[in-house]
Amino acid sequence: MTGPMTAPPGSLLVASRLRKAYGPTNALDGAEFSIHPGEVVAVMGPSGSGKSTLLHCLAGIVPPDSGSITYNGREMAGMSDAQRSQLRRTEFGFVFQFGQLVPELTCVENVALPLRLNGSSRKEAERTALSWMERLEVDDLRGKRPGEVSGGQGQRVAVARALVTGPRVLFADEPTGALDSLNGERVMELLTEAARSTNAAVVLVTHEARVAAYSDREIVVRDGKSRDMERVI
Amino acid sequence: MSVGHWTRDLGLGVRFAFTGGREGWGRVLLTAVGVGLGVALLLLTTAIPSALAARGERESARTNIMYVDKQMPKADNTLIVASVSTTFREDELRGRELEPEGVRAPLPPGIDRFPAVGEMFVSPALERLLESGDGKLLRERLSDRIVGTIGDNGLVGPAELAFYQGGEGLADRFAGGTVTRINQFGDLHPSSEGMDPVLLLLTLVVFVVLLMPVGVFIATAVRFGGERRDRRLAALRLVGADGMMTRRIAAGEAFAGAAVGLVFGTVFFLIGRQAAGYVAVFDMSVFPSDLNPAPALAVLVAVAVPLAAVLVTLFALRGVVIEPLGVVRTARPPRRRLWWRLLLPLGGVAALSPMIGQGNDAGQFNDFLVIAGVSLLLIGVTALLPWVVEAVVARLDSGGLSWQLAVRRLQLSSGTAARMVNGIAVAVAGAIALQMFFSGVAGAYETPTKENLDRAQMEVSIPDNVPLVRASQELARTEGVRKVTVLSYGSVGEKAKSPEKYVELTIGDCAALREVGRLPSCRDGDVFTVRGVEYATEAPRLVKPGRKLWVSPGYSQSVRPAVAWTVPAGVQPAGTREDPSGIERGGVLATPGALPEEVVARAAGRIFIGLDPQVADARDLVRNTAARIDPLTDPATWTATKRVRQFDSIRTGLFVGATCVLLLIGVSLLVSQLEQLRERRKLLSSLVAFGTRRRTLSLSVLWQTVIPIGLGLLLSSGVGLTLGVVLLKMTNRSFGIDWAAVLTMTGIGAGVALLVTVLSLPPLLRLMRPDGLRTE
Amino acid sequence: MSIGHTLLGLLESGPRHGYDLKRAFDEKFGQDRPLHYGQVYSTMSRLLKNGLVAVDGIEAGEGPERKRYAITDAGITDVQQWLATPEKPEPYLQSTLYIKVVLALLTHRDAGDILDTQRSEHLRMMRILTDRKRKGDLADQLICDHALFHLEADLRWLELTAARLDKLALAVTSR
Repeated sequence: MTGPMTAPPGSLLVASRLRKAYGPTNALDGAEFSIHPGEVVAVMGPSGSGKSTLLHCLAGIVPPDSGSITYNGREMAGMSDAQRSQLRRTEFGFVFQFGQLVPELTCVENVALPLRLNGSSRKEAERTALSWMERLEVDDLRGKRPGEVSGGQGQRVAVARALVTGPRVLFADEPTGALDSLNGERVMELLTEAARSTNAAVVLVTHEARVAAYSDREIVVRDGKSRDMERVI
Repeated sequence: MSVGHWTRDLGLGVRFAFTGGREGWGRVLLTAVGVGLGVALLLLTTAIPSALAARGERESARTNIMYVDKQMPKADNTLIVASVSTTFREDELRGRELEPEGVRAPLPPGIDRFPAVGEMFVSPALERLLESGDGKLLRERLSDRIVGTIGDNGLVGPAELAFYQGGEGLADRFAGGTVTRINQFGDLHPSSEGMDPVLLLLTLVVFVVLLMPVGVFIATAVRFGGERRDRRLAALRLVGADGMMTRRIAAGEAFAGAAVGLVFGTVFFLIGRQAAGYVAVFDMSVFPSDLNPAPALAVLVAVAVPLAAVLVTLFALRGVVIEPLGVVRTARPPRRRLWWRLLLPLGGVAALSPMIGQGNDAGQFNDFLVIAGVSLLLIGVTALLPWVVEAVVARLDSGGLSWQLAVRRLQLSSGTAARMVNGIAVAVAGAIALQMFFSGVAGAYETPTKENLDRAQMEVSIPDNVPLVRASQELARTEGVRKVTVLSYGSVGEKAKSPEKYVELTIGDCAALREVGRLPSCRDGDVFTVRGVEYATEAPRLVKPGRKLWVSPGYSQSVRPAVAWTVPAGVQPAGTREDPSGIERGGVLATPGALPEEVVARAAGRIFIGLDPQVADARDLVRNTAARIDPLTDPATWTATKRVRQFDSIRTGLFVGATCVLLLIGVSLLVSQLEQLRERRKLLSSLVAFGTRRRTLSLSVLWQTVIPIGLGLLLSSGVGLTLGVVLLKMTNRSFGIDWAAVLTMTGIGAGVALLVTVLSLPPLLRLMRPDGLRTE
Repeated sequence: MSIGHTLLGLLESGPRHGYDLKRAFDEKFGQDRPLHYGQVYSTMSRLLKNGLVAVDGIEAGEGPERKRYAITDAGITDVQQWLATPEKPEPYLQSTLYIKVVLALLTHRDAGDILDTQRSEHLRMMRILTDRKRKGDLADQLICDHALFHLEADLRWLELTAARLDKLALAVTSR
């Protein structure tokens, strides 16, 4: 691929020429990315190709060494750590493979957590959390601790938590990685449905084709470089 | 269960501990350092009795009896000793002037010959002080040539300041307490009476209070790295070990840590022992060679510590099911029951209660019951705390997010939290009890003096062979002296020898007399009789103008005949006033002009000195001047209270010990805190990923420490005050709650907790970096 | 797939007209390819000739749809035998994609491009199937899953090949 592409008009989150090195290894080496509101984009590639690093950079968790990321027209490089944290709190949602639910909080408290971070009262936050848990069919788990629910249920709780703030971008890093295919599909169905209904964009990092099939298009990361298949063809 | 199984599995555990790679070693090292610190403290404690005994022996070997009814006759084996002890700044110097009277005169321990006049032997610490810039002022006082140092056998501790000077003409100056003739050193009749039972009680309690937290600390130390060990144990189950075997293997690992800890402890102790030679805590310093643990106690430590490690591990694993695929803590641990936890402190009070009131008439306390009672009360804290934390935390709810995170975590594992602060709680409870005991008992051991610090700060007694006027002039000229009040004393009787009626006589100029009486008017030549002093009503009747009386000046050295005195006309009445040392003087106040010159010149006197607070070294300058006037003069520095010295050292021991123990516990707190944080690395990273403020997480860590510590301090204040009250009742003292003590000790406890939290913040912030999200 | 055995199996539940047979077939198995009437007619006459079915009755009018067929005992045995015989697994040894990749390597074209394009094409198909599965009933889901798993298998091979392209290039060109 030659040179950065100009992002298509109407893009919500655009990254170009991203570089990021961890020690001697180049995790990202000129990666490109763009996503529209309501779009589900799968980020694929072999393990160690830089998929997760791309997601971390896009979400403002890790600052890239060079390159630019603009969210909604704002350049992220210019933001302070606090501003990026606030962005993640208010505009983004996250689902990871595991280890993300706070073990000592009940499920409903876990889902309510992002709202409480934004300053909502506990009662209000938990009411909203419960309605999202209903949508993801886990409302009966409200009083349980994450240790007491199955992997699939826990992941659905995590999806509810990612969506509870009504994020404009949902970042999902191998969200079904620890699940069997039936549970994994159910989680993907609920996740994409919920995202579409709120017009949220979804950045979906996965190495599984069947999970990627829930996306609208895919980009492939190899050796730190990205390929947007739709625009290559 | 055969012994064979035990040894095999323990051995396996020991092997695992050392072959577990870097992680295994790290865990053993962590445990060993923790246990080692505890063991070192234990060994030190067991060595203290022998150290005190060794000090006592040397102290007794160099003693010379100062008070005798009649001086022994001069012989070729006698020696005249004069005490020339002095004070420099806050340090006390033991000084003796030695004048041998024959070739067989006894040498004090530590020197090999008598110093000649103008020579002195000094202790190494004093030599260093004299050579340093700091000691310049002292060198003016001790100007003799240094001809050698006093050996260790002549000193009670390495930091002791002591000197022996050559003396002459001391035979003329025999006096009780300062100058005496002896034919041997050493205490002839070492006192066989034991320690005051109250002091003994105090010492016992101090030991228990200091050792209990060390025990708790060791119990915590063998649990370091528990979570990782659990995972290793699960792997053992997978390859076929049964539940009991894994427990024994775990115990073996703890045993290994404790065993290495014993070695570390011995090394720490030896290092500490050497270091002890260089530090003096308050007035105490010990020679390394004095710190020898009692063999029986050392063996006890060596056996008890590894055994305790095994037992604690087995006890800790009792609520844990080790499954082949992971460790399951029984989902809901059985509700903690209150009744047996309450039994412990109640048992403690029960053990102590029969002794209530015994201290009053010096009745002896039962050592065993005291130790058992105090231990039970303090163990009660460690037993009650988990229950209290669980009960309270379960009821905590609403609050901010950081509060919620902390409370929920505590609800899930309140036992861990309680364990972490147990040590601090025990130490604080013990320290509060002791503090309270101290302030209660202090009434008996801390006598308030009547000395009025506003009027004078020092007092110099001038013997009758030194002219009082010259002495007062020299003192008045000394830098830093603001005011000098010179008074001399004597008595006035109706006849020359053994009068039946006599009254006190105080001699001084008008200004000086106004310090001891309310005078209507005064000029030289006036005489006053003091009215209104209860015990001296004789004066107005005895002292009538024109009457012939006999005046005996107060002599310090020898008895001289009284001098005839005709009472002059115009004796005036005077009101009483306490003199600067707080004594009301009755009898006669006379100006020098009213008395025969002979009396005035020969009277021994006291000079009260008011100092200029701006001159830092004023006290030592006065001491220098006094030493120049007469080396046997020791100016007294006034204080508001006087304290029994033995009592002082117990208090010192408590402070030093409590500080060491709290710091030690702080270390274990920090280690467990960091360990917990590392376990949650991934979770912390993901929380930060979705925008959690660092402040929220830091605050929740703070709450997590503050809640159990607050509860711990509350509980320990309660138990400490109870123990304090019981101890005071045992010695029949009235008690009041010593809030200052409670606040100080809880404050120190809380301070350690906060320090630990602050120290764990940088690693927390580091763990919150997004690197934790990377799995590849 | 054997249409004959399928129709025989459908007849086992009771006699049917030819038209009913076609409808039942289409409903259950013919999502992508409905049967032609002609196919039904020719198949049924073959089965009739072999004695596996019998005409149960003829209604008034012309055409095969007027005949009611019933399965014979021989037919039942035949269905039984067919179900009990395992299908021969596909060996999948001939792969056009493999040939394309090797040729690209031999001619120094970018083989990675070929794989990427193929992946994209596979995913396009998988998206369609996933979408259909979402909207369909259980039968739809099972059929789509069958296809999806096969496509996924292709993609796994594709990823593996992509990861080994350098080695493959060496092996191919050095021969």
